[in-house]
Amino acid sequence: MTSMTYRDAMRAAIHAALESDPRVFLMGEDVGRYGGTYAVSKGLLEEFGPQRVRDTPLSELGFVGAGIGAALGGMRPIVEVMTVNFSLLALDQIVNTAALYHHMSGGQFSVPLVIRMATGAGRQLAAQHSHSFENWYAHIPGIKVLAPATVQDARDMLAPALADPDPVIIFEHVQLYNTEGEVSAEAHGDICTAAVRRSGSAVSLITYGGSLPKVLAAADRLARDGIEAEVIDLRVLRPLDTATIVASVRKCRRAVIIDEGWRTGSLAAEIMARIVEEAFYDLDAPLARVCSAEVPIPYARHLEAAALPQPEGIVAAARAVLGR
Amino acid sequence: MLEFKLPSLGADMDEGKLLEWRVKPGEAVKRGQVVAVVDTSKAAVDVEIWQEGTIFEQLVAIGATVPVGTVLATLLEPGEDAETAARHAATPKPTPESPVQAVAVSAPPAPSPPPPGQRKAVSPAARARARELDIDVDAIDGTGPHGAITLDDVVRTSAQRVAAAVPADRATEMRKAIGAAMSRSKREIPHYYLAETIPMARAAAWLASANEQRPITARLLMGVLQLKAVAQALAQVPELNGFWRDNAFQAAEGVHIGVAIAMRRGGLIAPALHDVATKSLDQLMRELTDLVTRARAGSLRSSEMSDPTITVTNLGEQGTESVFGVIYPPQVALVGFGRMDTRPWIENGLPCAVPLVTASLAADHRASDGHSGARFLIELRERLQHPEEL
Repeated sequence: MTSMTYRDAMRAAIHAALESDPRVFLMGEDVGRYGGTYAVSKGLLEEFGPQRVRDTPLSELGFVGAGIGAALGGMRPIVEVMTVNFSLLALDQIVNTAALYHHMSGGQFSVPLVIRMATGAGRQLAAQHSHSFENWYAHIPGIKVLAPATVQDARDMLAPALADPDPVIIFEHVQLYNTEGEVSAEAHGDICTAAVRRSGSAVSLITYGGSLPKVLAAADRLARDGIEAEVIDLRVLRPLDTATIVASVRKCRRAVIIDEGWRTGSLAAEIMARIVEEAFYDLDAPLARVCSAEVPIPYARHLEAAALPQPEGIVAAARAVLGR
Repeated sequence: MLEFKLPSLGADMDEGKLLEWRVKPGEAVKRGQVVAVVDTSKAAVDVEIWQEGTIFEQLVAIGATVPVGTVLATLLEPGEDAETAARHAATPKPTPESPVQAVAVSAPPAPSPPPPGQRKAVSPAARARARELDIDVDAIDGTGPHGAITLDDVVRTSAQRVAAAVPADRATEMRKAIGAAMSRSKREIPHYYLAETIPMARAAAWLASANEQRPITARLLMGVLQLKAVAQALAQVPELNGFWRDNAFQAAEGVHIGVAIAMRRGGLIAPALHDVATKSLDQLMRELTDLVTRARAGSLRSSEMSDPTITVTNLGEQGTESVFGVIYPPQVALVGFGRMDTRPWIENGLPCAVPLVTASLAADHRASDGHSGARFLIELRERLQHPEEL
């Protein structure tokens, strides 16, 4: 086991991919000379050269499209989009092209493309750099959506994403880059299942991505009061691992879903729907969720904090469904 | 449509308290399956069903005390469906001993319905479990969010009901039951008594050598030899094995011996050891051990309570030289074995010391005469001289 940051783990994963497969290359805004907006690709240009670590113009539509073309041509591109807010410029390429080519070509073409993007709030980057649109992408058939929330997953999920014949989007929450964690030498990064990050039987706390550390902090506080919460890290947002969710809810009979997205039409809503479809008769309380306030994420620190799910609110929601 | 009624689990049982359903509506049941647990004054008994079908409706609530013969549940016969059954149900049901009234008296008080337009908050898990346990959710208080009834509330209520359903003072209840049955016996049954001293040297020697071959856990007790000998002797004197019902003796087909078992907190119970005549000593030993264990743990089956065709009481080493029992109605005989000990005996004209046991018979003079009773005891004595044939 070695300790490293989420950022270093992601860099190690890209490094390993560039080293092991000549078809892999990284491209995006500021990934080369600047070393990446969040310093994930720092040093990679020097080591691998401009052919394999490519700075692109500020045109998401253009360079995501170029990534799709490269993938169709036999390469294994990793395209970095600076933040999910900017990826909306590339929606047409992602949704109409990458996600559909396999279908439109009658199975003749696959698009083995990996798109990494930063997501989420908490760093005072204001509304145009702080939103969470994971649910938009999780809505689309034809792509896989991953949300590594631990350092181990940051290092281990890229390789299977690159090996996947279809487009995979990896969401990296901006508040996770500085988190430190233990990483084991061997990879255990499947891209199919959710993970139980903490075992408990009183209430299932279901979350993903940047909210995981907050949920684990909330579970610690609940445990001090004798409430053993189970924490589920979804890891994969499309396709959802419903079996793990339902098994946990059947055990705990109560669930709170924590999702940094806005509640209306959220992933939290989808998870609640699945629980009600498959575990209705096991429920012992109405389902609850903790989501971001339905406002543009504010710039001011205190307002930003108030708009996002926080451990206090998660503890309160868990207590409410338990009635204590 | 079939009816499953509360069976009589012995002469001392007039009513029973339903503790638990072991089946749910819609479940298929087979002959001999345990479908409910009923508390008699003596023990909680697993009640078996002797009909085949599908449970349709459970008519008695958990915790209700109802008389023997009350319809506890209705069953769909094979091939019958709910629709035809519903039509059938519309016609009035025969009501033995007016069970409906009894239910109304003993069932937990009906709770007041929730105010109109306001449905009580019951979690889906709680509602599902309440249905399984046949608990009325309107009758319990919720501890969940906003006073909702949770699974824990239902489970707690069920546990309280079961605890409440068991009489607080089992010993008092049991004395009452024994008193009622024995009074009836002495009031109605003209007993006659016979006794015979039986030399047990051969049986004791055979038993000692037979047990040398067996591991400690499988060793036979003298009591098992005596039970088997009683069953074999009864084949020669069938008028002692059966029931006195409706002013007539009914011979029983098999020999199901009610084995008197002293309960640790006083009182006794005499559940059936089935088909004693046709089973090996080893099998009887195993079944006897199991029966005693379950009787003391309070998990007897209804057939064991209602099937005995004769009772055997064995006072054993701690007992007296002889015992003259009181017949357990509707049976017609009771065989008693006193303590076995070595006493003077004359064999071939010479005095010797021999292990002896006094076997007694209390029999119903309506069903048999002293002559039959004597034949039985002589036969029993002879059987015990040939233990290898038991």
